[in-house]
Amino acid sequence: MTFTHAQQREAYVRMLRIRKFEEEGSRLYTAGQIPGAYHASIGQEATIVGACMALRDDDAMTGTHRSHGHPIGKGADLRGLMAELMGKNTGICKGRGGSMHLADNGVGIISESAIVGGGIPLATGVGLSAKVRGTDQVCLCFFGDGAVNQGTFHECLNMASLWKLPVIYLCENNGYAITTSLASSHAQRNIAKRAECYAMPGITVDGQDVTAVYEVTRNAVLCARHGEGPTLIEARTYRFDEHQVGLSVPGPSYRPAEEVEEYKAHRDPITLFSHALSSAGFSNEELRAIEGEASAAVREAVRFGEESPLPDPASLYDYLYSNPVSKPGT
Amino acid sequence: MSAEKSSAALHVRMSYLDAIVQAQVEEMERDERVIMMGEDIAIYGSGDLVERFGPKRIWAMPISEGGFTGMGIGAAITGLRPIIDLSIASFLYLASDQIINQAAKLRYMTGGQIMVPIVFRVCMYYGEALAAQHSDRPYPLFMNVPGLKIISPTSASDAKGLLKSAVRDDDPVIFFEDTKLWTVRDDVSSDRDHLVPIGKAHIKRVGSDVTVIAIAGAMRPTLEAANALAQENISVEVVDPRTLKPLDMETIIGSVAKTGRLVVVENAHRVAGASAEIVANVCQESFESLKKPCVRLTAPDVHVPFSPTLEKTLYPQRDDIIAAVKKLL
Repeated sequence: MTFTHAQQREAYVRMLRIRKFEEEGSRLYTAGQIPGAYHASIGQEATIVGACMALRDDDAMTGTHRSHGHPIGKGADLRGLMAELMGKNTGICKGRGGSMHLADNGVGIISESAIVGGGIPLATGVGLSAKVRGTDQVCLCFFGDGAVNQGTFHECLNMASLWKLPVIYLCENNGYAITTSLASSHAQRNIAKRAECYAMPGITVDGQDVTAVYEVTRNAVLCARHGEGPTLIEARTYRFDEHQVGLSVPGPSYRPAEEVEEYKAHRDPITLFSHALSSAGFSNEELRAIEGEASAAVREAVRFGEESPLPDPASLYDYLYSNPVSKPGT
Repeated sequence: MSAEKSSAALHVRMSYLDAIVQAQVEEMERDERVIMMGEDIAIYGSGDLVERFGPKRIWAMPISEGGFTGMGIGAAITGLRPIIDLSIASFLYLASDQIINQAAKLRYMTGGQIMVPIVFRVCMYYGEALAAQHSDRPYPLFMNVPGLKIISPTSASDAKGLLKSAVRDDDPVIFFEDTKLWTVRDDVSSDRDHLVPIGKAHIKRVGSDVTVIAIAGAMRPTLEAANALAQENISVEVVDPRTLKPLDMETIIGSVAKTGRLVVVENAHRVAGASAEIVANVCQESFESLKKPCVRLTAPDVHVPFSPTLEKTLYPQRDDIIAAVKKLL
């Protein structure tokens, strides 16, 4: 099952939105308008969008500290995301989460966790919940190559497989966990192969090809929805920028310059998809119009964020408890 | 439900442990969203849980505390109300990343978009020659985490009512059960909606000379000490916090205002225990009512040894409490 014509357009829209959002956001971060740390998904758009588009609106998702692309990939409004990055009251998390935690529950995200692998047990629990509640919802679980070394990765794949929980474990393998390469930290570098240990399917896919990612994820989603259990998908992708914007790495780069340049020049997922879209009959005008819309949406999001108020310090204790027992601060 | 209704309902004499089991069963019968997860859980609670509720509600887990605790949290966020049984309190640490970084924080960090209605149950085993890695009393560590609620009832009736409140509460609650209390019996309401509110202390014995706050398993020797002291005309007011987070400082301060003397007894290790938090609060908010410095009776800052000869010296006993009270008078 592959993209319809309309889905192709939508995929391009979302990939461009991620790209423009991240480019503009990185600029704002460097200019001091976004506090904290900024982990951009530039270069990883195909993995994110291809996977997200395989889901229904009522499916759930968990993500990582590299969180911005995930809600955008699932169709979230950019304004609440940009306002959240700026720490504003109108942010999707009311200014309490920030860049590493852009969880938009309106598009099904229950958590974007900055604890590496932190979303894996949560997503597995959503799968269990769907089974108990008797719905055919599934949960997509994003994590990076570093997370597959966390103990809970192994615990959860075992349990998901044991009970055929409807979870799609999607590894955004960009080859590096901050500065640590796969080769230096994984005895088994073929991440998809780990699925064998848990008696579940493991699929490797070219993470720069949004259509390919969509197709394998769609198969995994259907499998899960029909009670056939979880799948581990390893999407081989690449992050074009540094682990986080402005990260200074002492000594020579841990990534060969030629490697980075090669990806930027020949493996840009947006460029690759635009070629595929041209072949599929989209005109240059159409593609440029989509690009223009994405830029406009980002500009509007920035305007919204800039014009939004900061949170009132008196609201500090809001949302700490669902049923507060005592006065806040006591 | 009102006090009127609960006094009209039947009361049944039962043990603390039976009350906990009954609370769980009743809450599972009341609300199909309540599920239980834990290791060897099919054996727990009269052994017919799986027959009664089925494998979709009783989940026997592999030894994967971090994993299944997080799964419970994910399930709680998406419509279920899980009770996660982590069995021996020392195993809580394996689950602590998920409890602290996820369960306690996610509602706040998402700006209130989600809620985490989950209960974590652990039992504190100690004084049983199980040695240090099976004998923890870790509630003080978790008291330091915003966003959690922590309960530690000492009577059967409170155990049932508080566990029910915990299950019905929309926030993450840790229930610290205590093996020293398993056989404690009292009259427990059969009213399925008889709840004990989270965050409310209880005066187990009214008195006027000294306030003794007793936490969890320390309640037994404290009540024995109070009885013994009464023979010597020393009137001890025994306060059970019942909830450790949030602490009901209003009731505690009210008692200290009356007596002017405070002893806090707990079986946790001394450093930064719950008693430290209580005493600090009393000193800060009610210093003028104190006639003498506050006293803490706790386990010392040393690991629990295996040999019973060594271990039995660790936990405050009735005579330690009696001596501490007398010193204040």
